[in-house]
Amino acid sequence: MLAAVSRVLSGVAQKPASRVLVASRHFANDATFEIKKCDLHRLEEGPPVTTVLTREDGLKYYRMMQTVRRMELKADQLYKQKIIRGFCHLCDGQEACCVGLEAGINPTDHLITAYRAHGFTFTRGLSVREILAELTGRRGGCAKGKGGSMHMYAKNFYGGNGIVGAQVPLGAGIALACKYNGKDEVCLTLYGDGAANQGQIFEAYNMAALWKLPCIFICENNRYGMGTSVERAAASTDYYKRGDFIPGLRVDGMDILCVREATKFAAAYCRSGKGPILMELQTYRYHGHSMSDPGVSYRTREEIQEVRSKSDPIMLLKDRMVNSNLASVEELKEIDVEVRKEIEDAAQFATADPEPPLEELGYHIYCNDPPFEVRGANQWIKFKSIS
Amino acid sequence: MAAVAAFAGWLLRLRAAGADGPWRRLCGAGLSRGFLQSASAYGAAAQRRQVAHFTFQPDPEPVEYGQTQKMNLFQAVTSALDNSLAKDPTAVIFGEDVAFGGVFRCTVGLRDKYGKDRVFNTPLCEQGIVGFGIGIAVTGATAIAEIQFADYIFPAFDQIVNEAAKYRYRSGDLFNCGSLTIRSPWGCVGHGALYHSQSPEAFFAHCPGIKVVVPRSPFQAKGLLLSCIEDKNPCIFFEPKILYRAAVEQVPVEPYNIPLSQAEVIQEGSDVTLVAWGTQVHVIREVAAMAQEKLGVSCEVIDLRTILPWDVDTVCKSVIKTGRLLVSHEAPLTGGFASEISSTVQEPQFGNSISSESPWGRINRSCASQSLPPSHGSVFLSS
Repeated sequence: MLAAVSRVLSGVAQKPASRVLVASRHFANDATFEIKKCDLHRLEEGPPVTTVLTREDGLKYYRMMQTVRRMELKADQLYKQKIIRGFCHLCDGQEACCVGLEAGINPTDHLITAYRAHGFTFTRGLSVREILAELTGRRGGCAKGKGGSMHMYAKNFYGGNGIVGAQVPLGAGIALACKYNGKDEVCLTLYGDGAANQGQIFEAYNMAALWKLPCIFICENNRYGMGTSVERAAASTDYYKRGDFIPGLRVDGMDILCVREATKFAAAYCRSGKGPILMELQTYRYHGHSMSDPGVSYRTREEIQEVRSKSDPIMLLKDRMVNSNLASVEELKEIDVEVRKEIEDAAQFATADPEPPLEELGYHIYCNDPPFEVRGANQWIKFKSIS
Repeated sequence: MAAVAAFAGWLLRLRAAGADGPWRRLCGAGLSRGFLQSASAYGAAAQRRQVAHFTFQPDPEPVEYGQTQKMNLFQAVTSALDNSLAKDPTAVIFGEDVAFGGVFRCTVGLRDKYGKDRVFNTPLCEQGIVGFGIGIAVTGATAIAEIQFADYIFPAFDQIVNEAAKYRYRSGDLFNCGSLTIRSPWGCVGHGALYHSQSPEAFFAHCPGIKVVVPRSPFQAKGLLLSCIEDKNPCIFFEPKILYRAAVEQVPVEPYNIPLSQAEVIQEGSDVTLVAWGTQVHVIREVAAMAQEKLGVSCEVIDLRTILPWDVDTVCKSVIKTGRLLVSHEAPLTGGFASEISSTVQEPQFGNSISSESPWGRINRSCASQSLPPSHGSVFLSS
């Protein structure tokens, strides 16, 4: 009897579950959600407190966030196997930031961030294959294997910058170019809670406000600057107010809809010519600062667990979608399976792809017309430098 | 290994150019082609992933400073800082993450021992850290600032060059920030890439008014750091980060000083002078041993120790004796400190006529790639 039952059950399990179930379920096309009100600084009104999420968008965001999550976890695994070396800063836990920001802007807008950049590299349009191959330092990587974790670039994505805070004046400059070119584009300039104490950021605030540049300064506040909690590093932890004369909003960075609405609001503000605006995204990272940091010497495992169980961005989106009948659990599970496969294939590629040839070591130092020679560590080692 | 091949190849060429005396020994040395690796062979060798090769060579246990203890480089630094804070009630240590012990554990235990107003963290702001340190030093207190990696020192470059270095001069000796010492991890570590591997001593060598020091070992580090802290001029102390754990030696527990601006002749020789500082000292020591064994060449090995102001006399006296000089450093070739050394030793007032010698020259520089950033550390140093 048991054998018969199990035969029947196993026969049913052969058919892909989604095909069986989708046919018999009708999903809602969209649903309205309430989102947290943002704290405002020098603003009369903020982003709306309700938003509409379509089924299509929801599935897209879910897939993107899940891809970023699995990609980061795969990078963790490859690092521990010593296939990725050097420095590696992972952003799992902060998926709502990169996917939400992308959802609020156009592909023609510009974005620059610091070193926790894998998620943004993906949302700005590069494939997981190129990202993982760059991490493993192979020629299929987006920077030809020469940049590594901290130096990934894509169209309208200016990296990927190793020196803390140095990217913020760059972002103001990109915003100046946007204004100058007159194409109604904005520049998202991201930095962290640790970088918020760098002097050059305030210089950038001043220039952006003085010249009314379409620059959205975004502080990704994940509560810890490497191992230092925000209370121990900053006289004021209201990062959205630090722009002083620049209006600011504080956003729940674990809720993708909140981030999306705030970004749309900020982008509209900038595009209307009113000048820069500041957004603080309150978010959290599950991993340590980098792969050399276990991440538990300055915070408790309970704290990490609590954030994972109560505020995980993927879980929040999933619950919302399932509870409002925008998608089913099985459908989302299928997306999980597809994403896992995509990441596995990318990891396979990244591990098997050859390293860049040694001849290319000297390329792209300068922009030069006839190639010139670069001396290696002694006068008999020469590299050709072309560009 | 690049230093070895460079050195051997250079010797061969000198011999071919008809240089004298000891080079005749090379004819009988049975130098095989295999010893001199050609550039293409390097290509294959360097493709393999290798950490820059060197073996730390400890000095014999010092006997004149009392009881010693086995310490590695970061422990020697901690010991020096401990001695300073004990001796000088105005001494304070600050920088990013120094309170829990520092990212390289150089300040472990000091906050517990001396209190949180003497060992404290700063926010992430290098320009602020150094400027703030200059302020402390101007009032007469002893400021020991840490910049987390030498690669991050550039936002503070203006403060160091324009403020710290020129304070005494521009105030006619009314004010100075001599009690400021800046410590920073320095140099290649194999996986550091662009921003955790730099050796910026040459940038600072161009600035009168400050002192720049690089130790090669724990014993040297403690003595030199204590001298920097007590020196009445602002000092920058670069600590080779690859040696933090790799270098272990017997180091005296009590405080002691090693004088600044004095190079050390580690090994006497008669055929060629080899000069280096920091990690490279261990590489050229190995080269010297190999040259003696395989080529019968006697090398004089000098650790420069202080980059600015550097010990011109010791180096020039040595080059007058041997007639040949090889300088080796991790920093890029162009404008690296080797260029200063090589141009100085050729000046007539130092009694050298070596510039009139063979067309292959008697001075060589073995440095990191001319213009390559250290994005691929092992290939950068070609070891």
